[in-house]
Amino acid sequence: MTPFGPLGRRVRRSRRGGVELRLPEPEREFLRSLAPEMRELLSTPDDPAVGRLFPPAYPDDEERQAAYRLLAGSELMESHLAALEALEAAAGADRLDDGQAHAWLRALNEVRLVLGTRLDVTEEGTERPTSRDDPRLPAFAAYDYLSALQGELIDALSG
Amino acid sequence: MATAPTEVREPDVGEEVGEDRPWIVIVWNDPVNLMSYVTFVFQKLFGYSLEKATKLMLDVHHKGKAVVSSGPREKAELDVFRLHEHGLWATMEHDE
Repeated sequence: MTPFGPLGRRVRRSRRGGVELRLPEPEREFLRSLAPEMRELLSTPDDPAVGRLFPPAYPDDEERQAAYRLLAGSELMESHLAALEALEAAAGADRLDDGQAHAWLRALNEVRLVLGTRLDVTEEGTERPTSRDDPRLPAFAAYDYLSALQGELIDALSG
Repeated sequence: MATAPTEVREPDVGEEVGEDRPWIVIVWNDPVNLMSYVTFVFQKLFGYSLEKATKLMLDVHHKGKAVVSSGPREKAELDVFRLHEHGLWATMEHDE
């Protein structure tokens, strides 16, 4: 069981600009719950899944990479947190303006990157758990849901 | 071979020339980012057309990486930062 209903038709381009959201309440609650969890996770920078949100700019130049991290690291953290706040703040909204929708895309992606790293998702597609007792089941369900929602948002914004 | 005048310090040519060469920003393939998202980000950040953004995205997907922008170091670093804000795996290096 997952809190997620059938996929599709959640997001529509709004005539007033931005997008209209048609999300069932359990999904809104789930989205609202992501920001506090991510905030806690982001406070543990040694976690490899968190590391995925802070890639190196200069992988072959230790000195420049250290300078980049020093210069941009905290700003990047603030930017990640701001996107999550936007998701949290508008989790109950029926409409997002373009700026909010863009922030949602980034926030959904942050969570997907963390989950995808944890679940060791591969390009070829990772096999989903077949047993209901598999402890990874909720994380896979969340990952697939967030991927679908992100895809719908992009389609609506690009259409 | 002429004898060099005394006390003339050789300029650090390598470094200076190196700094003049443009930097390139590379986006690497990863298994999580959606193809549609990567295309969207290229359009949004760089103002590329759908066609150009899609081509770059497909290069990332099929070839493993693509050069998405280039320029002076400060500009390249800002581009890398904005790509990192969007969760893309971006690095920068000197153009060869």
